[in-house]
Amino acid sequence: MRKHRAAHGAPRRAPYLFLLPAGLLFALFFALPIGYAGYLSLRKIEVKGLGLGSGARSEVWAGFSNYTDALTDPVLLDGALRVLVYGLIVVPLMLGLALLFALMLDSDRVRGRAFTRLAIFLPYAVPGVIAALLWGFLYLPSVSPLHYTLDALGLPQPDLLSGGALYVALSNIAVWGGTGFNMIVIYTALRAIPAEVYEAARLDGCSQWQIAWRIKIPMVAPSLVLTFFFSVIATLQVFNEPTTLRPLTNSLSTTWSPMMKVYQDAFVAGDIHSGAATAVIIAVVTFALSFGFLRLAGARTRREENR
Amino acid sequence: MTAPTTTAPRSGRRGGWLPTAVLFVGAAYCLLPVVWVVMAATKSGSELFSTFTFWPGTGFAGNLSDLSGYRDGVYWTWMANSALYAGLGALLSAAVSAVSGYALALYRFRGRETVFNVLLAGVLMPPVILAVPQYLLMAEVSLTDSHLSVLLPVILSPYGIYLARIYAAAAVPQDVVEAGRMDGAGEWRIFRTVALPMMLPGLVTIFLFQFVAIWNNFLLPYIMLSDDEKFPLTLGLFTLLNQGANTPALYTLVITGALLAIVPLIALFLFIQRFWSLDLLSGAVKS
Repeated sequence: MRKHRAAHGAPRRAPYLFLLPAGLLFALFFALPIGYAGYLSLRKIEVKGLGLGSGARSEVWAGFSNYTDALTDPVLLDGALRVLVYGLIVVPLMLGLALLFALMLDSDRVRGRAFTRLAIFLPYAVPGVIAALLWGFLYLPSVSPLHYTLDALGLPQPDLLSGGALYVALSNIAVWGGTGFNMIVIYTALRAIPAEVYEAARLDGCSQWQIAWRIKIPMVAPSLVLTFFFSVIATLQVFNEPTTLRPLTNSLSTTWSPMMKVYQDAFVAGDIHSGAATAVIIAVVTFALSFGFLRLAGARTRREENR
Repeated sequence: MTAPTTTAPRSGRRGGWLPTAVLFVGAAYCLLPVVWVVMAATKSGSELFSTFTFWPGTGFAGNLSDLSGYRDGVYWTWMANSALYAGLGALLSAAVSAVSGYALALYRFRGRETVFNVLLAGVLMPPVILAVPQYLLMAEVSLTDSHLSVLLPVILSPYGIYLARIYAAAAVPQDVVEAGRMDGAGEWRIFRTVALPMMLPGLVTIFLFQFVAIWNNFLLPYIMLSDDEKFPLTLGLFTLLNQGANTPALYTLVITGALLAIVPLIALFLFIQRFWSLDLLSGAVKS
């Protein structure tokens, strides 16, 4: 039997058996919860009378009422707006720095390349909660070196944990934590560019800046698209950093980001149905934004190839 | 480490002082909070608020024993839990990724690309949409507030499978697998004895990637766990900060705890630098 199979190349069943563990885990911990979230978002708790006694509270179909409620909820919309502002700061700054550092690492005659690469990558190994905690202390007037220095110089000390400065404070944590990983992704792509490309450019008399701008950046565009994609997804779901900073300031509400609102609805207010609806909305917006961007980027790349 | 492209002569006479300066500024920015926490952890409670922040204090031993004494050493329980979740979770994750990536790279079968794409779509799934129903489903089988509730959902790593497929395609030649079949070896044996050793460097990367992801995870344990004997470090430190925000006396505990929480991962990366390249993280397979 085995000989017969071998003669016909790969057995048919083997790949499916190899994929069984992943398939099982996917079904249990991805597909089932997603389906369940969709189901929950279409249900609601109906309270009869005063809501006392057994049978007074029952789960019924809600249609899309949880969605219309969520989409017209000013608390959620405010949170979405805050995350939009936050994302407009974080994503360009983080990817801009990642690209800059990657280009610098890739340029000639750099000293301390191994050290700086590792140092900039280091925050990747620091959990978001701990990063927020460390920066939180650095923002806190009583222990911050910034405030210590300003105080010693007799200068006014900014409050980094309220108002508009809070966006800067939160964005800084995300930029600090995410730049290194993105830098590695871009740097890897830069190093894969064949040397002949540079030789030709040098013979044509291109300067380092021209090489970076005209050759390196266009050639790592796919990596930039990929890092952008993951950064947007991560940004839309921001949760850990603002949650960790909350004990240090009064300016962060429990519903600062849409994701925090989901937690608040589902686990604090106990309304899992509206929490599920909000979660589905965040997922749909994430998909729409990321795939919309991919299509846009793909169409552009194709146009450039056709030129 | 240096790319072959950097050896060619360049037109500018001055060396690369500008890139070097930019990189050192970036490195200083990234090291700043780490240097701060190292310094702050050496200060006693009163020194923390009175001395210059980037100057070491004299209270490290005291802070350490305070932290170990806090609620009968619950901090070390958190550390052990984190090690368990991240170590076991990453190991299982690397194993599942290895078999899946191998199957996707070396077999041609119906629905291969569909399976791959569906698994990859998991990367895009916001944890938030999973977290609420995952909690409720865990509650159905009475698994909330258990070690399993934070371990099981993190085993499947779409990014790990993606990397494993790339590594398997690059490292395991189809001919070698065919030769194994000619010798009459079963599919499982070919995978275990031939393909697995070839994929090992890539699997180390998946292990590391997943170890960091689980070690850094906060949302899942935050939702699943209520008994602080089962908390990982991130959640434990968060609750400590929550209690300590109004009691500056607890600040030193939080700071010392934060330092000790980042030491293992930083040590791991420094150690592994010698025989493992960061580039592998982004799926680069060429040496």
